[in-house]
Amino acid sequence: MKFDAQIPSGPLAEKWDKHRFEMKLVNPSNKRKYKIIIVGTGLAGASAAASFAELGYNVSVFCYQDSPRRAHSIAAQGGINAAKNYQNDGDSIFRLFYDTIKGGDFRSREANVYRLAQVSNNIIDQCVAQGVPFAREYGGTLANRSFGGAQVSRTFYARGQTGQQLLLSAYSALLRQIASGKVKMYPRSEMLDLVVVNDRARGIVVRNLINGKISSHAADAVVLATGGYGNVFYLSTNAKGCNVTAAYRAYKKGAAFANPCYTQIHPTCIPVTGEYQSKLTLMSESLRNDGRIWVPKKKGDTRPPNEIPEDERDYFLERKYPSFGNLAPRDISSRSAKEVCDAGYGVGHYKGKGVYLDLSDAIKRLGVEVIKDRYGNLFDMYERITGDNPYEVPMRIYPASHYTMGGLWVDYNLMSTIPGLFVIGEANFSDHGANRLGASALMQGLADGYFIIPYTIGNYLARSGNSDINADHSEFKASEKTVEEQTKKLLSINGKKTADSFHREFGHIIWEYCGMSRNEAGLKKALEEIPALREEFWNNVKIVGSGSELNQALERAGRVADFLEFGEIMCYDALNRKESCGAHFREEYQTEEGEAKRDDKHYSYVSAWEFNGVGKEPILHKEPLVFENVKLSTRSYK
Amino acid sequence: MNLTLYVWRQKNAQDKGRMEKYDAKNITSHMSFLEMLDVVNEDLIHQNIEPIAFDHDCREGICGTCSLMINGIPHGPQRATTVCQLHMRYFKDGDTIYIEPWRSRAFPIVRDLIVDRSAFDRIMQAGGFISVNTGGVPDANSIPISKKDADTAMDAAACIGCGACVAACPNASAMLFIAAKVSHFASLPQGQIERKERVKKMIAHMDKEGFGNCTNYYECEAACPKEISVKFIAKMNREYFKASLTGR
Ligand SMILES: Cc1cc2nc3c(=O)[nH]c(=O)nc-3n(C[C@H](O)[C@H](O)[C@H](O)COP(=O)(O)OP(=O)(O)OC[C@H]3O[C@@H](n4cnc5c(N)ncnc54)[C@H](O)[C@@H]3O)c2cc1C
Ligand code: FES
Repeated sequence: MKFDAQIPSGPLAEKWDKHRFEMKLVNPSNKRKYKIIIVGTGLAGASAAASFAELGYNVSVFCYQDSPRRAHSIAAQGGINAAKNYQNDGDSIFRLFYDTIKGGDFRSREANVYRLAQVSNNIIDQCVAQGVPFAREYGGTLANRSFGGAQVSRTFYARGQTGQQLLLSAYSALLRQIASGKVKMYPRSEMLDLVVVNDRARGIVVRNLINGKISSHAADAVVLATGGYGNVFYLSTNAKGCNVTAAYRAYKKGAAFANPCYTQIHPTCIPVTGEYQSKLTLMSESLRNDGRIWVPKKKGDTRPPNEIPEDERDYFLERKYPSFGNLAPRDISSRSAKEVCDAGYGVGHYKGKGVYLDLSDAIKRLGVEVIKDRYGNLFDMYERITGDNPYEVPMRIYPASHYTMGGLWVDYNLMSTIPGLFVIGEANFSDHGANRLGASALMQGLADGYFIIPYTIGNYLARSGNSDINADHSEFKASEKTVEEQTKKLLSINGKKTADSFHREFGHIIWEYCGMSRNEAGLKKALEEIPALREEFWNNVKIVGSGSELNQALERAGRVADFLEFGEIMCYDALNRKESCGAHFREEYQTEEGEAKRDDKHYSYVSAWEFNGVGKEPILHKEPLVFENVKLSTRSYK
Repeated sequence: MNLTLYVWRQKNAQDKGRMEKYDAKNITSHMSFLEMLDVVNEDLIHQNIEPIAFDHDCREGICGTCSLMINGIPHGPQRATTVCQLHMRYFKDGDTIYIEPWRSRAFPIVRDLIVDRSAFDRIMQAGGFISVNTGGVPDANSIPISKKDADTAMDAAACIGCGACVAACPNASAMLFIAAKVSHFASLPQGQIERKERVKKMIAHMDKEGFGNCTNYYECEAACPKEISVKFIAKMNREYFKASLTGR
């Protein structure tokens, strides 16, 4: 496998401009002759689809939900970053770039991240023009808030529903193109295979989720915008349908998977209440702006929080990180919470897995009305789920799987190792290194979709020309057959355990051994337990109903089957990386104070894994990371 | 707690459908309503019965996918709450619960509790957008927008497109859904240029899809999990009236 990141030469700030000039263009009158498939309608997919159609390409779009508007981007709460410096507090493109590189613990590519910071400002302009009702100051200008990992205020937001508003605007742009006939939309369709002909991505095979029909779709290029694999842990803040299937099947067809072990655990989620728990709910990190996180100083203290006096509380983030305090980055905050709970100071009804997030000081200082204006909907949500009123009782939070920095490997053009297969949004690995900063995923999704891939895909199409391959080609038929056989096999097992119960069991393994902290023995154990569980799955899963109708249990089983294979690559990756960096914390590699210890000399690279057969260790390729514009430093948020 | 459920089962769009009775055993008050259904479904699978199909995804009240009629109320008894966020503490041991899909001519049933809401996407296609292409737009701060207008726009834009308003309306009207989108854009300077055309096209398309008309029952507002106000319907009616008077 060849790994050329295609990073343009020249000074950092000029690379993207230079590259745009050097890229080939498709003649406008020829654009409609090129067909592009996009899988996914989140921020990345919807924005790319609308932009392609506006340029004149012939576009087909797929998603598994009943409407493109329901992609999981809709759930993002907190906000989106941009280097506008509207607050005059010293922000700049370079600072956003630097914060993102540093936040990612120096495990991302300089050139990609710099470009992301550059286009961040265009995103805000675009969204405002589309009618996104961002929060405003009384004078009518845009308001900002601060987010973890940054000391400037650069996050734009629409109440607690930023993702919803950004997605609805991209969805509107997409619908306008559907109405004009340039986009054909296929909702309730799940991609189950990528078709590669003569080493190029030529199309996909999908299952219609209503009638079970398997069909093939050919194109000149395929774009995956299928989101992250956070549900590998079973419990996560992701929607129930989020999966690794599309990315994983592309991996099996030859696309390298990069940094699968970089998974982000979000510090502020509502704790688990029981074994039946189906998902975890995130409380926006923006709460940490005004909230203070603490546990009782006494182990196993069962007094209600309001009865614990000030001097008997341990504000552990403020204590350990005096300059960032409650705004320390996500990985640090999550690990600190886990540490105090593991040590027996945790609170709440389920296994003491919780810490307090307390806004009572802010309520006293600012008044209930201001807090209501800022966080009203989050407070309501918390009360709905827990039955507690956060205006009176501090909230309880615990870390949960939230975001996956790892993803399919892409070059500077966002193309995978399979020519013609592009990957955008959370599904790729490109910009966040070993840890993502808050409010940067929305930025990346829209940057990829609106402002990067419309150029780079043109370059690819112009250079590779039209294809004459259609969906009757034997490779498509072969893929359809594989997919049909897998469905048949799943339905024929008729064992004793449901797909959900396998997923739950598997989630426990991954959370335990490849979650917030990892060690060699645990990872090796996981690598024994996962194949055994997978084996059991294929002999003992029970699915009722048929494949030729709407069958949600069958859909789930297919996704679980892929997670059960994918989990192993995560563990191999975590095992290989004998250092701690960002969200990847290897217990063997920490400083005396218990902080992550990077090993730049040996691990300053992207791990890109090549499929080598199910159950076999994949082949590791290394893309070295070169830093010319920032000095590698030890992250310190003290 | 133990509950008795009556659930609408219908194999596909052609099937006639019927209510079936199931027991929900060992349910705890911390469970969400959908988690209760998960538990029932696991049970059904073990009994070789096809699990109950229901739509859901985010399970945090924002994607608008979940859509159940519980004892005749869209999203169930708790105000301003989608069914995925409804928790079992609102029920008590021994309760009988009737679970049905949204019922409306414009939302045909797909299977069991799942309906086809693509009519909403088509209404949006008719005009629910601001026609700007990617790129070439002015700086975001070049047009100031008063906090009041931005807040009004956001109040309207909070709609999650779940369709509870239609399910609640005796006429199965989609007026609240359209009013929310029309009011969102009409409150912002960026929405002015297509303001008149938008409202006319969206309403015309609503009629085409077979939704009923609004005769001021206001059941929609009561059922809306995002508490979108019926004042937006009044606003849309004014918009529509003005647009019809002045032509384009
Ligand atoms: C609760 C929550 C809050 C968040 N808050 C923030 C925030 O405040 N700021 C921020 O920057 N980021 C936030 N994030 C992260 C951010 O929302 C996501 O990373 C981002 O929206 C992902 O967008 P996407 O377009 O890549 O994928 P998604 O929005 O996940 O879309 C994936 C799409 O792919 C489709 N799909 C997937 N698999 C298949 C398949 N096999 N076949 C067909 N279609 C498929 C789906 O139907 C969907 O349309 C948050 C995430 C969560 C979970
Ligand atoms: S499942 Fe998303 S709103 Fe209920």
